[in-house]
Amino acid sequence: MSSSEVCFQLKGSNITSIVLEVKQYPSTEFLSQLQDKVSQAPQLFADSAVVISLEKFTSENTPVDFKPLIADCFEAGLHPMAFRSVGETLLDSVRTTGLPALPGAARSGSVQAHEEDNTPVADVTPSGDGEQVEMPLDTPAESETDVSESREVQVKTVIETRVEIQEKLVHRKAKIIERPVRGGQQIYAEGCDLIVLAQVSEGAEVLADGNIHIYAPLRGRALAGVKGDSNARIFCQQLEAELVSVAGIFILSDELKDKAWKQAAHIQLKDERLTIAQINDK
Amino acid sequence: MGKTTTSASIGTGLAQRGHKTVIIDFDVGLRNLDLIMGCERRVVYDFVNVINGEANLKQTLIKDKRVDNLYILPASQTRDKDALTQEGVEKVLDELSEDFDFIVCDSPAGIERGAQMALYFADMAIVVTNPEVSSVRDSDRILGILQSKSRKAEKGEVVEEKLLVTRYNPERVVEGEMLSVEDVKEILAIDLLGVIPESEAVLKASNQGSPVILDADSNSGQAYTDAVGRLFGEEIEHRFLDVEKKGFFKRLMGA
Repeated sequence: MSSSEVCFQLKGSNITSIVLEVKQYPSTEFLSQLQDKVSQAPQLFADSAVVISLEKFTSENTPVDFKPLIADCFEAGLHPMAFRSVGETLLDSVRTTGLPALPGAARSGSVQAHEEDNTPVADVTPSGDGEQVEMPLDTPAESETDVSESREVQVKTVIETRVEIQEKLVHRKAKIIERPVRGGQQIYAEGCDLIVLAQVSEGAEVLADGNIHIYAPLRGRALAGVKGDSNARIFCQQLEAELVSVAGIFILSDELKDKAWKQAAHIQLKDERLTIAQINDK
Repeated sequence: MGKTTTSASIGTGLAQRGHKTVIIDFDVGLRNLDLIMGCERRVVYDFVNVINGEANLKQTLIKDKRVDNLYILPASQTRDKDALTQEGVEKVLDELSEDFDFIVCDSPAGIERGAQMALYFADMAIVVTNPEVSSVRDSDRILGILQSKSRKAEKGEVVEEKLLVTRYNPERVVEGEMLSVEDVKEILAIDLLGVIPESEAVLKASNQGSPVILDADSNSGQAYTDAVGRLFGEEIEHRFLDVEKKGFFKRLMGA
């Protein structure tokens, strides 16, 4: 044994949290609106740690006093732990609160790129901008047939690198759950899709950074794209969910009941709103 | 809810078929099994005494006077739940499994320590539920714990799950006051072992200290006998699921 024992370990880790996107402050409406929102899903928000995002924040005059904002959060039962996407002009205002200012959301750059080739994002996004996969993958292969000999060598090398990239993307693992997810249980597919072959019971929660597929009734909560991938989707064979969410935007069962209830359903985000479509709608 | 009634009847049914069976009461602090089995006056030592090494199994096990091959390991009424340690329970179960064909663990309600100890070493779990929403939800929860916190789950194996619906009243199902067996099956999605109709025979049996399965004239007793048969893979059709049609004479008498 060494002279003194190490009493801690520093580790890197990912924590899923709720992001509070503040658009304007101070506002007299803020607290009541927040409390209203929290009361819609008290269990989901109870004592949740939140990150306050200033990405969409607008204010005429700086500095802004954020301390009452933090107090309002506590009042509504949320625990702010940091600020995110803080603009230069607001940096000083944020510092006086004592909470750290985290770098902005990682998604903005890469998400667009994946939309066309329909490639899910999981392996690439967290690093930041994911530029390396933005070129279209299939064009070089098509053009190969009618290029002159002299250029062939060059083309081949290009294809080889493309293939490598493609393989990297094809080899995306998914978390597969074959047994029912029961009330009180939580399953999180970190960095990948989640496939559940059995039911998700009331009171159970399934989360994924990517898409969620449930080949059975979904009666609990399903949250896709929990790290902010707004292209993530939820598919389920029988929609009876308590809550569905994509990239933090959620709807509760009351609202779901008018849409594809107890049917096979497909849920995605369009223009910051969740749309629910019945699969195989006749 | 019917867990102890079920443990008593299933255990008795196993013994009636000639298998050496012990029923263990895990409800430390409440102690119900010995009352239902009618042996409360014969309790000298208990489960916790055995775990603590204050008595051996031979001194503690109570042999049933009605059915051969049937033994009861009573719970302690006085000690707190922390007396059940995982190592202690394992030691007792290991010792019992040398002698017995079946060990029936009667779990307390809830998801506390007693229940977790009762299910931890299970090979098979019979989940007893009433046809009402809250009861079914609790069963769903306990199934989750069973498949995540039991020894088999820790080894990556699956504990066999069976569903037993008790206090089933077809008339109240028709009225919409109770969930139907089909509803319960759909919510829990596990294999149905049996449906025990709500009956005064159950209450009478408990008060008399005799497991209801021994009351062969009652529909509850027959339903338990059927359930035990299904445990051995016998194909027995589920009975007592529909409202009994009153015969002409009964209707005439207004019964």
